[in-house]
Amino acid sequence: MADNLNGWLFAALQTLLFIGGAPLLAGWIKRLKCHLQNRAAPSLFQPYRDLAKLFTKDLVLAQNASWIFRTTPYVVFGAMLLAASTVPLVAIPLPTSAIADVIVLVGFFSLARFFQALAGMDIGTAFGGMGASREMTVASLAEPATLMAVFTLTMTASTTNLSVAMQHILNAGLVLRPSFLFALLSLAMVAVAETGRIPIDNPATHLELTMLHEAMVLEYGARHLALIDWAGMIKLTIYAVLISNIFFPWGISRQLTLSGLVLGTVAVTAKLALLAVLLALWETVLAKMRLFRVPQFLGFAFLLSLLGILMHVILETSV
Amino acid sequence: MNLQPVTMHLTDLSLFSQGILVSAALVLFTSFVMLAQARIQPLIYTFAWQGVLLSVTTALVALVSGHTHLYISALLTFVLKALLIPWMLYRLVQRLHIQQDVEIVSHPSLTLLGGAVLVVFCYYVALPVAQLSTLVTRNTIAVSMAIVLLGMLLMITRRTAVAQVIGFMSIENGLFFAAVASTYGMPMIVELGIAFDVLVAAVLFGVFFFQIRTSIDSLDVDRLNRLSEREE
Amino acid sequence: MNPLYLVLGLPLGGGLVLALVRSHRIAGLINVAVSTATCGASVWLALNVLGTGPELSPDKLFYIDAFNVYLVALTAFVGMTTAIFSRPYMQHEVERGRVGSQRMRLYHSMYQGFLFAMLLALTTNNMGVLWVAMEAATLTTVLLVSLYRTPESVEAAWKYFILCGVGIAQALFGTVLLYFAAERRLGAKRNDSLLWSVLHTHAAQLDPAVLAIAFVFLLVGYGTKVGLVPLHNWLPDAHSEGPTPMSAVLSGLLLNVALYALVRVKMLVDGSLHTALAGHLMMGFGLLSFLVAGLFLHRQHDIKRMYSYSSIEHMGLTTFAFGIGGALATFAALLHMTVHSLTKSAIFVTVGHAAQLAGTQRIEHIRGLIRTQPAVGWGLLAGSLAIAGFPPFGVFMSEFLVLNATMKSWPWLTVPLLLGLAIAFAGLFRHLHPMIYGTPPVGQTRVKANMLPVMVHLALVLWLGLSIPLFLAHWFEQATQLISGSLPV
Repeated sequence: MADNLNGWLFAALQTLLFIGGAPLLAGWIKRLKCHLQNRAAPSLFQPYRDLAKLFTKDLVLAQNASWIFRTTPYVVFGAMLLAASTVPLVAIPLPTSAIADVIVLVGFFSLARFFQALAGMDIGTAFGGMGASREMTVASLAEPATLMAVFTLTMTASTTNLSVAMQHILNAGLVLRPSFLFALLSLAMVAVAETGRIPIDNPATHLELTMLHEAMVLEYGARHLALIDWAGMIKLTIYAVLISNIFFPWGISRQLTLSGLVLGTVAVTAKLALLAVLLALWETVLAKMRLFRVPQFLGFAFLLSLLGILMHVILETSV
Repeated sequence: MNLQPVTMHLTDLSLFSQGILVSAALVLFTSFVMLAQARIQPLIYTFAWQGVLLSVTTALVALVSGHTHLYISALLTFVLKALLIPWMLYRLVQRLHIQQDVEIVSHPSLTLLGGAVLVVFCYYVALPVAQLSTLVTRNTIAVSMAIVLLGMLLMITRRTAVAQVIGFMSIENGLFFAAVASTYGMPMIVELGIAFDVLVAAVLFGVFFFQIRTSIDSLDVDRLNRLSEREE
Repeated sequence: MNPLYLVLGLPLGGGLVLALVRSHRIAGLINVAVSTATCGASVWLALNVLGTGPELSPDKLFYIDAFNVYLVALTAFVGMTTAIFSRPYMQHEVERGRVGSQRMRLYHSMYQGFLFAMLLALTTNNMGVLWVAMEAATLTTVLLVSLYRTPESVEAAWKYFILCGVGIAQALFGTVLLYFAAERRLGAKRNDSLLWSVLHTHAAQLDPAVLAIAFVFLLVGYGTKVGLVPLHNWLPDAHSEGPTPMSAVLSGLLLNVALYALVRVKMLVDGSLHTALAGHLMMGFGLLSFLVAGLFLHRQHDIKRMYSYSSIEHMGLTTFAFGIGGALATFAALLHMTVHSLTKSAIFVTVGHAAQLAGTQRIEHIRGLIRTQPAVGWGLLAGSLAIAGFPPFGVFMSEFLVLNATMKSWPWLTVPLLLGLAIAFAGLFRHLHPMIYGTPPVGQTRVKANMLPVMVHLALVLWLGLSIPLFLAHWFEQATQLISGSLPV
């Protein structure tokens, strides 16, 4: 009973760490990008300040906003919170690992996206509808690619459960898997599209013609906007954690010991920090794509994940 | 010689053997990148990378299998496919002033998916061959065949002479890889002969670029359509 | 001294020397001299081999048996007569200003290079080297096809290069599979595993599944060079746009050598598979080529193009005959290969003169050859009669034997064969008649024509049709026994 309680406590702590750390990651990426682009960098904690400011502001709602518009921020944030709780961050053996299924995770993401698109159309402005339709276009292409990439992983581990899969990969030790290479590339490309980064979307711009994600949330303000922004940061963190913990799981704690947890935290922080450097580099080097090139980008991501599965079948199974 | 089929699990293999598989997969990846690449200069770079990866794969196979003659093949491939031929193509493209050309690839996503279907097809064709083999590289036979077919796909979907030549050369890459994967390379005399043929072919292709260019004022080989079986 | 090294060394050395000779007049003479010497050496080699039986060179690189030695002799012979024809013909082309002396240097050098590649392909014992030589044969001829640098010739050469290059790549894949199959059985002696002599003795032990896949690839690969439908697209273009001596050697020799490679592979596959898979595939492709090419003969407007379709037709028939297998069909196929080579190169030589005479290759502008220059007209008529299979000529003999063999093993297939022959005959003669007997356009004058090679070739074909000389029959019988395993009755 005590063990169980401890477990839940850790799970809750891990989730808190997750959502609490998300703005830090966002701030770190922004800082790195500024440095790379020779701009004066904001503080590492700027996202926290922004969120705090938004939470204190008065809420202004459009007159024709329905309940969908008002509940969406909570639904989106809730979905991300639950998603965050399923992803192993610093330790594997947690009670939440029972629901740490990849398909559940993808389900949470689509739930959030569904509501966000509805809310975008709810007010009836042109931008909202445009953003919603663009977002759904990207999602419809990105989701199959995500699932295929994840299936590559699950074919190796024979499970869709994240914790079990990570355990399996850790047990195998250092194995060079061609399929993982493709799955990793594919997942990275999808993550870039899903979290609205360059070259699909530019998180820093409100240029009307190029907006995807921002167009949908243009009507939001105050705490609603804070929740949605925060949810976006959590989503970015989830993808980053997925990539780093699935493909490079070393360092994650396999027991709930203090030293293990400390090591796990340090390891995951280091991995995320490194990944952020890569993302910042990527965003600095590349330019944003024209919108009608996006399907091609995601098509390539899909192809990569497909190749991942094929490589698993062709190269990694004995004939 | 051990003729019993040895069941092979990825985790039982040495890191170098796993490296062979990874670099084989990367060679295949470069084939797909070439299919998707519409610009001429990056196409040549990608082709050069394929040559580099191919020679790395060959060197790894040499390391794992202990066949020292494969080191020579790897070196030959590197010099020929990663340096000499890409350099020649690069120079030609410079001299013809077409380095900035972008080709309009019709149905890019469809082409890529078609490529994936070809990979599946190769898997089934190569399966009986791979089942007979006892080599570490037996699983890569299907990959090598796929590189051959993807090279053909590149030649079919492209219209410029340069892209077609790159397709042709990547078919040669696939064939070389097939020899390495299924039998640890061909006898040296044959390999040297093939390398010589490929080199001569590359030079001749260069000559043809100029001949085509002077005759139709373009390198779009779709315009080579004077000879056909139609009623006049 | 072994004549084999002369056979290979002469054209190789000749090619290198000719690359340095600036004057095309001298080069033409050297070309004839080297080709004649090669022909002499090949006859010497043939006599040696026929006396002593199959010969494996000490380094195991070359293997000569009755099958390839007669092709060596044929290749060297046609190479010689075409060189004799080419000297005045190309001289005339230079005078007309169609080629410069720089390109003539390339032409002569590559002519010998091509002969070397073909002779190497025929004599080598290594299946890998065979592939290399076949590819080299493409490489040496591709620049000759575009010798005139007209847009059409560049297009033809590009098509030839790309299609044959891709096609022959399939053959390399097949060769790799062959090596794979051999390596598994013969293990230790790696370098011997691609040797024909080794493969043939161990054919029964090779894995049938792998060999079946390998054969399909090799058939597609070498079949492209044979010009089998549907892989034939390059052939009419390359034959019609290149200089005429090139058309003669491409049609008379290259196709034969490609078919030779295919038959060698079939011998291996038959030894391993114990089914008729290889034979059936060859019969199918052969018959298809035979019929399709016959139909295409009707709609040609270019005289060289028309005769190249006739080449596809005859190669189809030969492939079909080899596919049937058995002693009679194999004997017929060997004979057909020989008479087709001789007749077709004679026809191309004549056609070259006819085209120079009329100043064009368009059929509708070539008229009244027999009145302007009877030798050319009669030559073309006799050649066409021979190739269409008229009785006293050798082609009739071989086609008759093929029909006979078909009647024995596949009776109902004689119907499409006869039909195909009739279609091809009609196709040839509807174009031929006005070219020979029509009214010559005003101002058409004679050209300097060297009809000696034509006459020699046609006389040989006639001789083969009337009675096959004893030594040649013996020769063919030995080859037949090698390929089919039994003697013709």
